[in-house]
Amino acid sequence: MIQKSLLAALVGVALTTSTAWAEDATLIIESWRNDDLALWQEKIIPAFEAQHPNIKVKFTPSAPTEYNAALNAKLEAGSAGDLITCRPFDASLALFEAGHLSDLDDMESMGNFSDVAKSAWQTDDGSASFCVPMASVIHGFIYNKDAFNELGIEVPATEAEFFAALDKIKEDGNYLPMAMGTNDQWEAATMGYNNIGPNYWKGEEGRLALISGKQKLTDEGWTAPYATLAKWGDYLGDGYEAQTYPDSQNLFTLGRAAIYPAGSWEISGFNTQADFEMGAFKPPVQNAGDTCYISDHTDIGIGMNAASENPEAAKAFLTWAAGPDFASIFGNALPGFFPLSEKPVDLEDPLAKEFVSWRGECESTIRSTYQILSRGTPNLENDTWGASVAAIKGTSSPEELGKKLQEGLDSWYKP
Amino acid sequence: MAPGLLKIYMRSNIRWHIPIFLAPAVIVYTVVMIFPLFNTLRLALYSRIDQERVYVGLQNFQTLFGEGVWSEQFWNALANNLWFFIIHMLVQNPIGIALAAILSHPRLRFAAFYRSAIFIPTILSFVIVGFAWKLILSPIWGVAPSILDAVGLKSWFAPWLGKESYALTTLALISVWQFVGIPMMLIYAALLSIPEEVLEAAEIDGITGFSSFWRIKLPLILPSIGIISILTFVGNFNAFDLIYAAQGALAGPNYSTDILGTYLYRTFFGFQLQLGDPHMGAAIASAMFAIILIGVCIYLFGIQTRLRRYQY
Repeated sequence: MIQKSLLAALVGVALTTSTAWAEDATLIIESWRNDDLALWQEKIIPAFEAQHPNIKVKFTPSAPTEYNAALNAKLEAGSAGDLITCRPFDASLALFEAGHLSDLDDMESMGNFSDVAKSAWQTDDGSASFCVPMASVIHGFIYNKDAFNELGIEVPATEAEFFAALDKIKEDGNYLPMAMGTNDQWEAATMGYNNIGPNYWKGEEGRLALISGKQKLTDEGWTAPYATLAKWGDYLGDGYEAQTYPDSQNLFTLGRAAIYPAGSWEISGFNTQADFEMGAFKPPVQNAGDTCYISDHTDIGIGMNAASENPEAAKAFLTWAAGPDFASIFGNALPGFFPLSEKPVDLEDPLAKEFVSWRGECESTIRSTYQILSRGTPNLENDTWGASVAAIKGTSSPEELGKKLQEGLDSWYKP
Repeated sequence: MAPGLLKIYMRSNIRWHIPIFLAPAVIVYTVVMIFPLFNTLRLALYSRIDQERVYVGLQNFQTLFGEGVWSEQFWNALANNLWFFIIHMLVQNPIGIALAAILSHPRLRFAAFYRSAIFIPTILSFVIVGFAWKLILSPIWGVAPSILDAVGLKSWFAPWLGKESYALTTLALISVWQFVGIPMMLIYAALLSIPEEVLEAAEIDGITGFSSFWRIKLPLILPSIGIISILTFVGNFNAFDLIYAAQGALAGPNYSTDILGTYLYRTFFGFQLQLGDPHMGAAIASAMFAIILIGVCIYLFGIQTRLRRYQY
């Protein structure tokens, strides 16, 4: 008798715990943004949990360079989290085609986004969307205002002014003209080539022409940025060949460098690190009055693991993430990641405001290598890293680089 | 066991205890080593075409050895790997042997201290070693430029890890620094096991000092040197960690430090926008396996059988 009631009690406990578990769904978010851990834990997740008391959310980021590999392995093994932070374009498209990401077209809140914003997470024909666009990043240059005031330099608007400013800083010798290294390779391509490039290939016009095969990487518009990058080498620090990305960040925030070729994602980190006033200027144009083009790159989305055990809860989170509450928390807590929803969000950070104001003045485009062109082997994006480094070091001429890249692309891509 | 059964057991010729005692090791080894190995070899014969896994025979290997970028990167990685190995053979092992010879000198003081100090880097993690050396050699914060400056050799400094021509050699030397303790320890043990009588007999014959090392000790430790060479070979062709920790998966600058391990990682798991390709990855892994297998076979059949062993 005693045994029986004990058994009943045990079963009862087991039942209540299991039902409690079913109600309190726990969502796990996979992400590469380990820099944002505090923001998610302190702001975004509490705001969501306040509205959805029975859903718990855990943010579990991994290192950016390992994210894709780790995520693919986890998805194959069935141990990935419920919500997947989406890289733009092919990495996520491949996940969708392999059945790892759910189709989100039936979600009403997807209507909050423009087609351009959604394009990074759609099938090539645009028939299915699989990630909620979260944010884009804008390229430009961040500068040390104190240094510019000290040396009496105006913010450069044209390329001639830009190099004149660099010369002046170099001559003075107090500051390193520009903080960038080539050790990690990607900065040269991302903050170099794709930062200044859109002004040469005329943004979307050139990018789409490259995809359709009307332009080649050997054309003037695509090799000229390498010629400009070749001039950068003189203004970088001693031993820039072995200078890493964190080295460059530190050089700038310690006040030792005057200009930092940047992506807007640096803003929040720089705000806490630097104790001088910072400003930003957009990539300089060739001649005063030229139309300016900026890289306003769709960078982060969030989608749902098709194998999630809590699809309802995950949908609830995505709906919330597509709404205005999330956009306003995210945009303001992470100045430099600009929400993509069509309703503009009021930003408070002055530096972020400067960056986002260029959306009104210039034509926006995305990074040239991301859509379709990095699908095959050799990978055009990875090759562009190497090419940009070679341009800065001066080991190859712009024409050679363009020829090599185009040959690589031709070997697998037929427009 | 009933007496009748025992009798049957005794009468049968199959000695059951042998498979039974072997079973645990064989099963565990099969599950964690043999099966994955053969599955990797099998995976290399397939390819993914439109979400379907298709049998393609040896096509992956054809691509790897002879087609455009794939083969270019493969031979580049193999050549780099060979250079990595040569540096270890030419620098790490002679230094290890020399250190062991010095340490085994009976009149050396603080031998135990030197031994531990030289061996300690071996137990450090690759990540720590990679990061520490990256900082030491950093042109911005590193101590290397200031030390060279202090002795008036600032002009000798170069951003070694960032230059295509130096980066691989620099990393190989870092790896030598880390692992020189292993040949040292093995040779040290071999030297200690040489009986005093042999050395004394040689001394009576007038062989002392350096010539006693060259003519008596070295021939006696040759088998240990052989073992060290093969360990170095296997270790180097499986290497990955240090390059990945110091230079990342893209093994920059411009793939100059790319070895088979990093090439495999990049291919198998993908990198940045490059998607992972498990089938080409498995082909690279199979090639690595073959290279190591051939190397070990050459050693086992070509060298080890010819080594003379002395009994004392």
